Amino acid sequence: MNAVLLAIALVTLGTAAVAMTLRNLIHSALLLIASWAGVAAFYLWAGAEFVAFAEVLVYVGAVSMVVLFAVLLTRRSRADFTVTPDSVGRASSGFLAGGAVCGVLFGAVIASPMGVMSSPTPTVTVRQIGAQLMGTHAAALLIVGVLLTVALLGAIVIASADRKDNSEDAP
Amino acid sequence: MSAAATTDAFLERAPQLLRDAITGFLPEPWRWLVNSLIAVALILAVFGLIFAFLTLAERKILGRIQNRPGPNRAPIPFINVRFFGLVQPFADAVKALTKEDIIPRDADKVLHFLAPVALLTFSILTFAVIPFGRHLVPVELDAGVLYFFAAGAATELAVFMAGWASHNKYSLLAAMRALAQLISYELPLLLAWVPVVMIAGTLSTTAIVEAQAGWKWGFVPHWHVFTPWGFTGFVIFMVAALAESNRSPFDLPEAESELIAGHLTEYSGFKYAMFFMAEYFGMIALSGMAITLFLGGWRAPWPFLEFIPSYAWFGAKLVVMLVGFVWIRATFPRLRMDQLTRFAWKFLVPLALINLGTAAVWSLTSGLSGPLQFVRWAVCLALVVVPFVVMGRKLSAGVAPRVYRYA
Repeated sequence: MNAVLLAIALVTLGTAAVAMTLRNLIHSALLLIASWAGVAAFYLWAGAEFVAFAEVLVYVGAVSMVVLFAVLLTRRSRADFTVTPDSVGRASSGFLAGGAVCGVLFGAVIASPMGVMSSPTPTVTVRQIGAQLMGTHAAALLIVGVLLTVALLGAIVIASADRKDNSEDAP
Repeated sequence: MSAAATTDAFLERAPQLLRDAITGFLPEPWRWLVNSLIAVALILAVFGLIFAFLTLAERKILGRIQNRPGPNRAPIPFINVRFFGLVQPFADAVKALTKEDIIPRDADKVLHFLAPVALLTFSILTFAVIPFGRHLVPVELDAGVLYFFAAGAATELAVFMAGWASHNKYSLLAAMRALAQLISYELPLLLAWVPVVMIAGTLSTTAIVEAQAGWKWGFVPHWHVFTPWGFTGFVIFMVAALAESNRSPFDLPEAESELIAGHLTEYSGFKYAMFFMAEYFGMIALSGMAITLFLGGWRAPWPFLEFIPSYAWFGAKLVVMLVGFVWIRATFPRLRMDQLTRFAWKFLVPLALINLGTAAVWSLTSGLSGPLQFVRWAVCLALVVVPFVVMGRKLSAGVAPRVYRYA
């Protein structure tokens, strides 16, 4: 059982690490998707079927498309797909932001208690998950939905404002 | 015939008995493994053959509809009997295998190779949760429907890989166009089956078939398609399924003459054949899912026909659906890109959302009886028909009906 977990962890972390080092943005994005698939495999290994399929449906199916579309629509030529840091300042600010996120995540992981489970794994059916989401956590679900809708509308506003400035597109 | 008798009828249990006869002598962990392998091999063999003869049937039916014979030349080897060109699919397979496999010099070779493989893999994965018969479910999952659509959603990635890796502007543009189509129709496809899950109260495919058991007045089956919300859902599902499997009239991604075969421009030989195989597998799988969700799965339409084994009923329904797909291809003209996306976002998505409300009304009024049943039907039918007519009128205002002054 642990060998499977090890393999899944290797795939997830390995693809993520290679995605960071690659210079080609599309390759990085595709490897990132492989990493998400690894996360889904981990959920499956942990017995959380519903979350695993939702992860594949949302991340591998939808979020990946958003990432790839964003990359394709913002690059002008194929040479543009290979990225190098513009300046020392930009590279260092990138490292700073990444380090801050990393620090927060690691802090949260280390701070949370990790008890070793002795009881048998609970079997949760989809029905129970649905009741939980629509009952006790309905407010959180609604807030997340509204937040995502606002983000979507913001993206549309930004994109359409950009279109107006472009005089070449005018008929 | 009572329910218990049909469940245990010899023909009903024949596939299982045959399998147990083969693997029965194996020790426990090995038996499980071999059983799974047999299921995988059977799915590949059966649906591979269905794919092969579906291509032949499609070409034959299209031919007859267009008043020509269709392929009829391929003879059976060594005995030289033509037999309606029945071996045509195998001749096609040999042709695809022996054709030159061209990879563009500047192509991204790994992704160019991986795209058809990934596409075919994901479309075959979807077969795992479809209940083909009373005892014939390859994998029983608690979230089976979700699994089906998760595996199906991953095919978009393969289309993108094909378009980008070819290093050809036509391929890339076509891949973006195909993705826009796939994403647009993914939404109505997903929204169409939500009412089924809502009414059946489960995401498991076997339980959804179970929920459609029985007959009203002894002859009207309790299939979801015979309810107002179920009929709407079925139609939306089928339209979205046509678009998801790149079938006519939504076959822009592979319009050969106008859009130079889309993201398949730089593919040849067996890789090209693999794209088509994946497309047909997707079509068969979506038909199977439509049967499971709306058409009662493997259930017989009338009680006196229950002696026919369940997998035969599933097969019969599948054949009807597939011939329907071919018929649609022969009948409808291809849509333009803007018509296609407008139809999805302005018509199908709102209709599917309203249908969700209809299903809610249906579910809340399930306790009604007597004359109130008619009120329930009238309200639900109005909820389906009125938005359909209003939105259809609004969408086609100024566009249709077209007046042709000549020809």
